[in-house]
Amino acid sequence: MNREMSPLTDTVRRHETPEGIRLELRLAGPVVRACAWSIDMLIRAILYGLVSGIFAFFGGVGTSVMLIMFFLIEWFYPVVFELYNGASPGKKAMGLVVMQDNGTPVTFSSSLIRNLLRAADFLPFLYAAGLLSMLMNRNFQRLGDLAAGTLVVYRETGQARVKLAAAEVRRPPVDLSVDEQWELIRFAERCPQLSQERQIELATSLYPITGKQGSAAVTEILGYAAWLTRGNR
Amino acid sequence: MKQEQFEQRYQLVWERLEQQLDELEQFRLRRTGDDLPVDLPQLYRQLCNHYALSRARRYSPQLVGYLHRLVLRGHQQLYTRRGAWLWRLLTFIASDFPASLRLNICYFLVALALFLLPALLVGGYCMFDDTFIHSLMSDAEVSKMEEMYRPDNARTGRTLERSADSDFAMFGFYIYNNIGIGFRTFAMGILAGIGTVFTLFYNGIVIGGVAGYLSSLGYTDTFWPFVSGHSALELTAIVISGAAGLMVGRGVISPGRYSRLDAIRLQAGRAITLVMGAGLMLLGAAFIEAFWSASDLPNGVKYVAAVILWIMMILYFIFAGRGADGTR
Repeated sequence: MNREMSPLTDTVRRHETPEGIRLELRLAGPVVRACAWSIDMLIRAILYGLVSGIFAFFGGVGTSVMLIMFFLIEWFYPVVFELYNGASPGKKAMGLVVMQDNGTPVTFSSSLIRNLLRAADFLPFLYAAGLLSMLMNRNFQRLGDLAAGTLVVYRETGQARVKLAAAEVRRPPVDLSVDEQWELIRFAERCPQLSQERQIELATSLYPITGKQGSAAVTEILGYAAWLTRGNR
Repeated sequence: MKQEQFEQRYQLVWERLEQQLDELEQFRLRRTGDDLPVDLPQLYRQLCNHYALSRARRYSPQLVGYLHRLVLRGHQQLYTRRGAWLWRLLTFIASDFPASLRLNICYFLVALALFLLPALLVGGYCMFDDTFIHSLMSDAEVSKMEEMYRPDNARTGRTLERSADSDFAMFGFYIYNNIGIGFRTFAMGILAGIGTVFTLFYNGIVIGGVAGYLSSLGYTDTFWPFVSGHSALELTAIVISGAAGLMVGRGVISPGRYSRLDAIRLQAGRAITLVMGAGLMLLGAAFIEAFWSASDLPNGVKYVAAVILWIMMILYFIFAGRGADGTR
């Protein structure tokens, strides 16, 4: 089966760039976004409290500054953070980031559109309209995202690349398809994260090919992976 | 080529690019295009090539994942707009905003009609029938309005409750309240334009009704001088926000040759220029309302200033930002 062609039930969206390669963007669903929003709401509540606590003591000018701050917090809190690093603190905490649907960073006008339209998404109560829009849309976009052409995706965090465990190079006894080769290499890369028992269990399932059991089977398969990545040197 | 040879051969390219990206990602807002390393595009294209190869050759998931992350970061740094914020703001005010209003003048006229017609009709009617205002607003609101513009009120335009607040406090209040109204008028446009139409209509009725009613009471010497100063910026800005909302609504209702989603996105992108301009106008209006309208200057001066403001604003929208060929 060809992995590239088969459509998976998955929330990865692909975007082809001018360089002819496909970027993969993993979309964030309603639940994680609601969590991010709750965190933001908490931060905003604290900000409101701080601002009104501090500026209440400065008379007319204080009231003025307070109301202007309220205005800015209400409308521009997400815009400022999205422009600065692509995500409001709540989103950042949940590992999310806002992007244009072509994978570039969110622009000022898009950020403004998606955050002004919160007023409509919020209707009739607690983002009901936004949720409905997200559920009806294949990209989990609320109304503001639709109008701005933005996506909320997971920030890519990768583990550091590890060197494959040094193993004696062994040529696999049978011809392997490309996908089978890929699986063997993947096993070798995952080995450091697996317990000894699990490694043995997985490796032994290839007994018909390796003819080995126990830790010998693990070494054998690591040997195949080494041959596949390194060749006969 | 085996994976390990591949990695060994290109490791340096990837590391170099990674280092450049680390530096670029540190200050997103301050950077200008000049700071971009000269070989970044070249390295990025090379990386794209390697990424495509690593996928086609089914190299290990970790290597492919690493290259993909690097590609995504490069894509984000290469295809982004940088710096020159102040310059962009100035060109926005000097040409983009008025040009965009002229381009979308139809929406503006429709929004104006939706606002002005009910205002004139209801206002005219309220001048003759001073009980009609009670069908529009609650008694408490009516008496508040009366209180604000009563000739014996020392602080015209404020209720007694607010009369102690300084001009600064009112400045903050007008920003919070009025710009919020402008933004909401736009946002409601995504609900097929219905929200915007309703907001414009409602504001027209209330503003017209109040003006007509207060005139019929004979509060003309307090009400009109107070509102005339900021009327140019404030009323026009609300209508412009409405026009922006109608543009988005048009995308929802009648997408034309585009798919509905594309039409909404396109229209919202055009409309946001108007919204930003309206926001700036409301900021100016808040300043005038708090410090000029509320001042004790003679009514004549205020009327003259109001007329000058109206004329300047109209000239601005007609002439500002026209290209040399007069096409815009």
